[in-house]
Formats: sequence, C-alpha cells, structure tokens
Amino acid sequence: MSRPASPVRATASLAAHELRLTARRGENILVTIVIPAGILVFFATVGAVPGIEGRPVDFLVPGSLALAVIASGLVSLGIVTAFERSYGVLKRLGGAPLPGWGLVVAKIAAVLALELLQVAVILLVAASVLDWRPAAATSIPLFGLALAGGTIVFAGLGLLLAGTLRAEATLAITNGLFFACLVVGGIVLPVDRLPAPIEAVARLLPASALSELFRAALGGSADVVLPIVVLATWGLGAAGLAARTFRWE
Amino acid sequence: MTGGAAFALVDVVKRYGPRTVLAGVSLEVHPGEIVALLGPNGAGKTTAVEILEGYRVADGGEVRVLGQDPRRGGPALKARVGLMLQGGGLDPRSTPVDAVRLYAAMHHGGRDPAELLATVGLAGAVQTRIRRLSGGERQRLALALALVGDPEVLLLDEPTAGMDPEARRSTRALIADLRASGRAILLTTHDLADVERLADRVAILDGGRIVEQGTPGEVAAGAEPRLRFRLARQLETRESEALGIALAAAAAPAIPVREAGDGAAAYRVDGTTPEPGLVAALAAWCAAAGVQIVELRAAAATLEERYLELTGDQDVEAVA
Repeated sequence: MSRPASPVRATASLAAHELRLTARRGENILVTIVIPAGILVFFATVGAVPGIEGRPVDFLVPGSLALAVIASGLVSLGIVTAFERSYGVLKRLGGAPLPGWGLVVAKIAAVLALELLQVAVILLVAASVLDWRPAAATSIPLFGLALAGGTIVFAGLGLLLAGTLRAEATLAITNGLFFACLVVGGIVLPVDRLPAPIEAVARLLPASALSELFRAALGGSADVVLPIVVLATWGLGAAGLAARTFRWE
Repeated sequence: MTGGAAFALVDVVKRYGPRTVLAGVSLEVHPGEIVALLGPNGAGKTTAVEILEGYRVADGGEVRVLGQDPRRGGPALKARVGLMLQGGGLDPRSTPVDAVRLYAAMHHGGRDPAELLATVGLAGAVQTRIRRLSGGERQRLALALALVGDPEVLLLDEPTAGMDPEARRSTRALIADLRASGRAILLTTHDLADVERLADRVAILDGGRIVEQGTPGEVAAGAEPRLRFRLARQLETRESEALGIALAAAAAPAIPVREAGDGAAAYRVDGTTPEPGLVAALAAWCAAAGVQIVELRAAAATLEERYLELTGDQDVEAVA
C-alpha cells in the first residue's frame, strides 16, 4: 500500500525546494540581498544619515538587517506565495501527503535560512568594506529575538496579502510597503528626524520596532520594551489574520 | 453504496451561495475501472472532483475515497490517491526533475524521478524550466506527479489535453495499463476519444446532475438515429421542401436539416434509421433533380451525438 513519507522528511524536502527556487529568481536575490547590502554601503559611504551620534555604519547595519528581514518575509515570501497560489501550486501541494502545518513550516524554514544568509552577507560587507565591528555589548539572544520576531511579523503580513489578494496586487503592495519601510522604518533615517505626526505613527510600525531591536541587540540602544511590544502585537495580529483569511487558490 | 467502490459520491449536494452546483450526484468507481466524467464547462465536474480530493466540503450526501472521508484521511489517504491537475499546479521556474523529486520525497518509497519522467515521455526535458514546456509536456509532468507515489486510485483532469497525437496514444496506453493493474481511475475530459478508447463507463454531468450514465456504447445507443448525406451543391428552400416531401412519402416524417458549421451542402435526417426505402427515395429525388450525392452515411448513433443532445455543449472535442 502506498504510504506517506515521514512529515519531517516531506517538510524538509519542501523547504529545500523553496530555497532552490528562491535562488533561481533573480529578483528575489536582488530584493533580499543586493538591495539591503547596497543601501548599507551607499548610505555609509556617503555618510548621509542626519541626526545621529557616532559613525553612520553603526546606525545603518541594524537598519539594513531589518530591511533584509522585511525583504524576505514581506516581499519575497508574499510575492512568491501569491504567484504559487495563482499557478495552483498550493492547491497541488494540498493534495500531496504533507501535513497541513508542513507547508507553513517549510516556508518559514526557507525564509529563516535565507535570512541567515542575508545576515552573513550584510555583516561581512559591513566588516570588510565599511570597517564595522560588533560592539562589546552585542546581545546574541536579543539578536535572535529580533530575527524571530521580525520573521513572524513580516512573514505573517506577506502571507496575509498573498492569501487574500491577487498576485499582481500583492506584488504592487509589498513593493510599496517595502519602500515605505525604507523611508519611515528607522532604516536609513532616524525615526526622530521625521515630522512629529509621522514619527508618532512610525514608532508604532513593525519596521521601526525591528530596526530598533536590532540596534539594541548590536549594543546601540537600551530601549527594548516598546519595540518588543510593537513587534509582538503586529506578530499576533498578522499571523492570526493570515491563518484566518488565507485562501489556497 | 457498494462496499468495494474506490471512489463514491452518494447523493452529493454542493452550493456556492444561492447557486446549487451539485444537486444530488451519485457516482462510483471500482478497482480496475476507468470512469469518465463528461460535462460542459460549469456543469460541476471540477467541484465533484475537488470534493473527492478533499479540497471542498459537500453540503449534503456522502463522500468516500478508499472507504474514508477524504477530508479526514490526512497524509495516509493522500499517499494512496494520485492526483493530476490540469496545468499541473507547478511553479514555472521549477524543472520536471525537481518537481518529481519533491513529490517523491513526500511518499515512502516514491518512484525514481528519472525513470518516471522517461515513462511519461519527458526524458529529454528533465532539466527544462517548466515555463518552457509545451502544454502537452506539462500535462505529462502532471501525470508523472500523479503516479509518483504508486497510488491505488487516480483522479485525472483532462489527461491528454494539449498533447500531440503520439503523446495522446502513449498516455492512453499508460492509463490503460494502470487500469489493468487494478487501479480505479476517474477522469474528467472534453475529449470524447479519451472516453471511447479508455472508459469502461461514462457519466454525463449537466446542470449539477448526472443526466446519463453507462458504458460508452449504452450511452451512445440512447442517441437519435440519423441519416447523413452531403450533396454537390446547397439546396434551395423549395428543393429542400420537395426533398422532405419525397422522403416523408418513403418513411416516417423526415425533414432534411442543413448541418451548421459542417459545409453548406451537408444535411442530416433526424429520428429515423437509414432504412433502404429512405435511401432509395433520397437517391431517386436527387437523380430527378440533377443533384449529385457526394457522400451518404448511415450514421450509427455516437457518444458525441448523445452528449450534444443531453448538454448542448459545443466545446467538446470530437473523436479524432
């Protein structure tokens, strides 16, 4: 009698397949690796970060890490999943002997693997090109919390859009949100340099919370309570809504 | 419900909002049997198959796949069901070997990707991006994915759509071999050649109901008998009326009807067998009128004719 493979093997195979396809999508590599690293090098080189103390690169590295997480979770995962939905890939996977949770776990695992690559590239570029060194007060647990929290929030938002909107609409909206995060997310410009009403809103957005949390993890800030609360709230909301509203075709 | 049915729908009802898509559909497929589900677009074929896949929930009736509720069977049941979606449900940037390897990894002892791709005639395209495959090649890949876990039952959606004649022939042979090995197969199609050459039974679905069910021969036998003929030129209205009177004198009331879309001089006479008296009357009238008969066909009832009578579907692909 035909039998299913172990759920772990099936899920791991799907995660590896997702990563292989990600590597084949040139636009994915551009948005997840080249743009965050390029923004880091460009703004650090021209020194165009107003209102900060210390070297621009120390502000920009955490911002670039946040941008990388946004690119993987919101943009790449959102767009890929939306097109998979329109091509019937998700429907076909729904008919395969894979547990329901296997698809979500495989996608999140592929995003995390991509993020580890992004982190490595950004830190390597920062160290080798911009003479950046991690601060003595760097907190690995806080760094891990930022990475995990950011992944949940932005993967949740990506899946929320992908599971409810047409693929073309998801493509347009995620790219628009990516640009908005770049501008008001504390990535290349400190949030407190924004006009007061925008600053008030920006502090409650997950992009600024994530960049602040990375900044704290790399020893640049002591305030972690508000960013953690903001990320947790957005994470619960985005993941919960995505789970409730996701349509497989 | 028959205990041995591999697929069973019993009085299944499905509604989308106020629209009833399936209004009490009953259908069984047994091991070693191919059943073709035919119907025009919107008849409810896809919904019926998606209910068997466990993808949709029926609003009423009973659904069983290998004796289990497909919504509750989980991976253990899905491993026993081979699923072929039209279009394949494939990422255009993937390759056939990647796709088959992925689905093989989801089965215990899944088939070897290279061997399976060779079986469906894709040995030369294993590394080709799916977006570069032809429609027929994608269908063959979708069939490979259905077979990758060596399933006991198969749901095939338009299995030969888009294929060239040679690929159709080899795919039909492959499907026939699967039946010979005892597998139960439900296929949906618009291709009546698939039905006539493969199906043990056919069910015609229209307006959410099975309007006819039986062997292809039984279903075809329900069609009206016809006489078909083609003349060297189109008849004028008065000539057509005169021919009708001549034929009616020889047989039951018989009115020649010009066939739409099949040449200006092609006619048929419905509702009567092509008995010798009728043929003689036709020949005599044509001789007197100086009209040459180019073709005369005592048309046996066909599945296509019966299908069109029942559904009025013009999208069906006739027997090639």
